[in-house]
Amino acid sequence: MKLGEIKKILNAVVLSKNGDMELEIGRAYCADLMSDVLAFSITNSLLITGLTNSQVIRTADMADMNAIVFVQGKRPDLETISLAEEKNIPLLVTDFSMFGTCGRLFEKGLQGRSNRDK
Amino acid sequence: MNKTAEGVFFLTGKDFAKAGVASSNLKAILESMGVPPDIIRRAAIAAFEAEVNVIIYAVAGMMHYSITQEMIKIIVQDMGPGIPDIALAMTEGYSTAPDYIREMGFGSGMGLPNIKKSTDKLTVNSVVGEGTTLEFIINLNKTA
Repeated sequence: MKLGEIKKILNAVVLSKNGDMELEIGRAYCADLMSDVLAFSITNSLLITGLTNSQVIRTADMADMNAIVFVQGKRPDLETISLAEEKNIPLLVTDFSMFGTCGRLFEKGLQGRSNRDK
Repeated sequence: MNKTAEGVFFLTGKDFAKAGVASSNLKAILESMGVPPDIIRRAAIAAFEAEVNVIIYAVAGMMHYSITQEMIKIIVQDMGPGIPDIALAMTEGYSTAPDYIREMGFGSGMGLPNIKKSTDKLTVNSVVGEGTTLEFIINLNKTA
């Protein structure tokens, strides 16, 4: 699924300058616990989170995740947005809740972690 | 990949704004050396977890790395409170982190188990009241 489609489904706003809407997103992982993201997420995926600090960007960068959606209309500060731009990770914000966000994306075919993923 | 590299990053306790900078720099070094992405991801995740631990718990610490054709070896040494029961600390979900750390998304008790999971060998040495040293290795050439 392209990032542009995710933006449309979530009625999301792009926060970072590097919003390549053609970016292909394979899977999604949602958590507010960054340790869980590090432990269980998969590469080239979308991170859905309600946490907005700079550690979210660092975590996504370390875990090779492609893009981040902040839920519940929560916006990170400018420093965090700059860090994401530096790391080339597009940031989106949606007014939907975590559950609503995941539900909408899942309904449109975006999958989570497969049992076969390590 | 036929290069080697070695270096050290210094870490300051409670400096949360810089948490991840050392691991990010290490990741860039590994990328510049042409290490395969899946290996880089494992090293970056383990280094980041270790770095965050130092920043959460210790006064200061250092992350030493050496990259050879055979392996990536990372030693993270801190001046911190030490771990009284290492076996307990290795248990998934066990954490002594205060609430404000959890609010930042860490301290869920996955750090050490996650380092172990991401690496080929992890050694933890700790002295209560003095500090902790983690040494972990990721093999680059399984047949070597």
